[in-house]
Amino acid sequence: MALNISDIKRIAHLARLEISEQEATQTLTKLTGILGLIEQMQAVDTTGITPMSHSQDVVQRLRDDVVTKTNMREAFQANAPKVGNGAAEKAVYGGLYLVSQVIE
Amino acid sequence: MEWAKNNWEVVIGLETHTQLKTNTKIFSGASTQYGAEPNTQACEVSIALPGVLPVLNKQAVECAIKFGLAINAAIPSRSVFSRKNYFYPDLPKGYQISQFELPVVGKGNVTIQVPAGKNTAAYEKTIHITRAHLEEDAGKSSHGVVEGMSGIDLNRAGTPLLEIVTEPDMRSAAEAVAYAKKLHELVQWIDICDGNMQEGSFRCDVNVSVRPKGTEKLGTRREIKNLNSFKFMQQAIEYETRWQIETLEDGGTIQQATVLFNPDTGETRAMRSKEEANDYRYFPDPDLLPLEVTAADTTRVQAAMPELPEAMKSRFVVEYGLSSYDAATLTTSRGMADYFVATVNAGAEAKPAANWVMGDIASYMNKNTELLSSPPISPAQLANLLKRITDGTISGKIAKEVLNEMLLKVGASTASVRETVTGEGAFYNDFGDNFADNIIEAKGLKQVSDSGAIEAIIDEVLAVNQVMVEEYKAGKEKAFNALVGQAMKASKGKANPAQVNEILKKKLTE
Amino acid sequence: MINHSLKELGHMLASKQISSVEMTQTFLDRIAKYNPSINAYIALDHDKTITQAKAADIRIANGSAEPLTGIPLAQKDIFCAKGWQTTCGSKMLANFIAPYDAHVLSQFDHAGAVNLGKTNMDEFAMGSSNETSYFGGVKNPWDFDRVPGGSSGGSAAAVAARLCAAATGTDTGGSIRQPASLCGFTGLKPTYGLVSRYGMIAFASSLDQAGPMAKSAEDCALMLNVMAGFDERDSTSLNRAKEDYTRGLVNMQGAQPLKGLRIGLPKEYFADGLDANVAKVVQAAIAEYRKLGAETVDISLPNSQLSIPVYYVLAPAEASSNLSRYDGVRYGHRAAAYDDLMDMYMKSRAEGFGAEVKRRILIGTYVLSAGYYDAYYLKAQQIRRLIADDFTQAFKQCDIIMGPTAPSTAFKAGEKADDPVAMYLQDVYTIATNLAGLPGISIPAGFSNGLPVGLQLMGNYFDEARMLDVAHAYQQVTDWHTRMPESLK
Repeated sequence: MALNISDIKRIAHLARLEISEQEATQTLTKLTGILGLIEQMQAVDTTGITPMSHSQDVVQRLRDDVVTKTNMREAFQANAPKVGNGAAEKAVYGGLYLVSQVIE
Repeated sequence: MEWAKNNWEVVIGLETHTQLKTNTKIFSGASTQYGAEPNTQACEVSIALPGVLPVLNKQAVECAIKFGLAINAAIPSRSVFSRKNYFYPDLPKGYQISQFELPVVGKGNVTIQVPAGKNTAAYEKTIHITRAHLEEDAGKSSHGVVEGMSGIDLNRAGTPLLEIVTEPDMRSAAEAVAYAKKLHELVQWIDICDGNMQEGSFRCDVNVSVRPKGTEKLGTRREIKNLNSFKFMQQAIEYETRWQIETLEDGGTIQQATVLFNPDTGETRAMRSKEEANDYRYFPDPDLLPLEVTAADTTRVQAAMPELPEAMKSRFVVEYGLSSYDAATLTTSRGMADYFVATVNAGAEAKPAANWVMGDIASYMNKNTELLSSPPISPAQLANLLKRITDGTISGKIAKEVLNEMLLKVGASTASVRETVTGEGAFYNDFGDNFADNIIEAKGLKQVSDSGAIEAIIDEVLAVNQVMVEEYKAGKEKAFNALVGQAMKASKGKANPAQVNEILKKKLTE
Repeated sequence: MINHSLKELGHMLASKQISSVEMTQTFLDRIAKYNPSINAYIALDHDKTITQAKAADIRIANGSAEPLTGIPLAQKDIFCAKGWQTTCGSKMLANFIAPYDAHVLSQFDHAGAVNLGKTNMDEFAMGSSNETSYFGGVKNPWDFDRVPGGSSGGSAAAVAARLCAAATGTDTGGSIRQPASLCGFTGLKPTYGLVSRYGMIAFASSLDQAGPMAKSAEDCALMLNVMAGFDERDSTSLNRAKEDYTRGLVNMQGAQPLKGLRIGLPKEYFADGLDANVAKVVQAAIAEYRKLGAETVDISLPNSQLSIPVYYVLAPAEASSNLSRYDGVRYGHRAAAYDDLMDMYMKSRAEGFGAEVKRRILIGTYVLSAGYYDAYYLKAQQIRRLIADDFTQAFKQCDIIMGPTAPSTAFKAGEKADDPVAMYLQDVYTIATNLAGLPGISIPAGFSNGLPVGLQLMGNYFDEARMLDVAHAYQQVTDWHTRMPESLK
């Protein structure tokens, strides 16, 4: 499954990573090398083998439906980033996190 | 409309997001209470701080099992949580924890009653449920809080949802709406969702496609997102169906798309943000282990399940001698069914109780939607009123007057404090169980059954209506009813109608 | 004092030979002297540290001290520490002040340990040399031209240079053990699920596990006593009875204290790719074990060569998703200038992440994307089971498995920085235990050309106590674990 430049651009967009032409080319070389390593898997016959998601065969523990969290907005929003585009204030307003207008 | 007559068939499937009735979020101990200040219920898990982890809410799982039992579905012993990856500002982790390959509830079914239309009779239909799965809700974006900016509130992020998916079984907007209404009642009936559509507790995505009648292959579908009223659902499906048929008839093709309904214009339009093809890269969430539901779990939930509408309907027919139609009507909502049963238990006869609950009480509720599911007068108060009809204290007509007076007295002022009709000790009003008796007494509405008094009234009526008497004697039967009417009027409706009939007949034949 | 064991340091505090404030200041002074050149720490906060030391002295005075009360430790910057800059080695979180404590940190806090600072690491724990850190590389204390290993490179250098009494690390594919090998100390990756991951910034959730990095097995046991334990906030945390990992650490008397112990030697771990000098040191250590009475058994882990391909599917896949939360909306880096929301995402993430992290996000995104999931992700999960099954079979023949920790000694900075595949092969012997969820320890076994060599011990699930006993037995008869670089004495 050989990678090409348009694959790199497609996955970079899916992952929301801006990538220049030059970076895409360099990335293609490196990812091709890594995928070459990964391709070794294809030689193994895995018919009928149950995929392993967790190392322990245990089931999900359930939490009682009791409120344990309190309002921490101020502490959490102290970490809010700056708005950007020349605005130096934190990207919060009236308790809301601010982003560029969301287009539906 | 020409499109409706020609040879197209619409195919509809629904995906319904029901917010589950829990105190806390699906993966954290943050409150799910509606209406809090922005981000005050957004804990470290809700806002996806680095390092936080999810732990599953037991109550959310119980709700899902309840629903599975209510739709006769298989409940698999294991289900798995997966991550659905996409970027959106109201999705703090950049993925939504959902269930993909192995959902908590498997195939089931729901029977719907489609009401009669202009040219169609009412009918029943079974809608197949493909699956129902647990997932987390996203936050909310509000636009333009600051010029050119959207504000993100993550209070809702992580609220437990049960997404209920149907097969593409519906063939008209009416069927889709009937299904949605039925589901809406069912989730409230089994008490897993508050059903509040204004607050977004029950939201429908509707998949619509059209195909030439008689063909099997499904057309390309468009998904109408986030419909939160039955009226809008009806309008949106009708618009979308018309649009798709017109597009195809004009030689166009339908592109798969996500669309929004605009209630102001009554139109649907494709969402710009969903233009790019989605590749959600689902994979099992490594932070969560497989969810196990044992036979003991289902047995425990089953034992705590309320009687379901179908079972209750059959019981009403047998136990109360109601018609199948009345029994079905009473069991369209748990609130109405419980109210009816409580009225009977308070001493009213079943058939009149059914008629009054389905009639005057239901229509009052329909006119006063702010009361939600809670009528303003108590079952005991209604039973008190109905008993007065049975024992001849008042006539049915006077009873309506009394009821109106009762409703007037209770007024809308106390409506806001009443929360639920179903719970024990629900509060209705301060007027006591003998509310009806007190009004009858105060207004002197007691039926006159004293034959001397009635005779006096009739004598007076006969005296001033000689013309009618003559007409009656000349063989005009209608004149008799007119005289009864006059007598009732003269008694201000209080005279016992049977006695009026009897005495009048006697006097006229004398 | 800097070479004392945790137990000895504890005795010194308990007998009032020294206060925690004095002990802490000694380490802070060494940090002030050596850290500018070694770069082991990202964040230091003198006031916070001394406040903790003072509190510890009060506890010691009023008799409520625990074994680690007052002992100055270094914490990998992957753990959220309330009020501390917590960066995970990334520009993305360069200004992030954690508003809560990771479970591991609150455990140390309850134990009364003192936090000296947050240690440098490969960005988001992705690397084997500490060269991917936004805060610069870390020097190997044995040779400043060389890397300390990674991703827990800062903790490794801090332990080796005696800039702390002990440290914490995390290990997703070898990030505790490989730097322990390259820097010459003892590092333990516990059974998956033994230490809560709550508050530990996720790299690959199904593989990440925190563990101690310290001079000796005994020190690791004391650290693990504090770190291990059930935490209801982590669904993968295992609800097991608390253990005392020091319980078997007795002085080994008699000629053959390990008689009856069966050591499995996987032939795949001694094949091509292993440096000949490293092999010699490892063989010598195994010979020492035979002298202690253990017998050796030849075993095979036939699928072990697949562990790197499997890991480089699963870990990037999980990471690509785990790192999606860094979007510039609520915390972390947001681009200074952008056009719209999409552009803000694209630029913030492109600027906030370094090259290796971006590469792994891209691989992970690719292997999960439509049409590739079965061939890559599902296949990798199936082979993961084969790898785990190999160990199940092996442990029928032996009690513990031994081999090299890393294929070579510390390499030069820059040597592999531009060759990800060569870098990935550093973890060839450590990754399999992460995939299986098994515990592993690296202990100092000698030197090759003046650079430390580690011996790796791999145990069965929850067999940490025995592994520590076995490591301790070796450390009773050897002194490799007591060595430190001459230049830093």
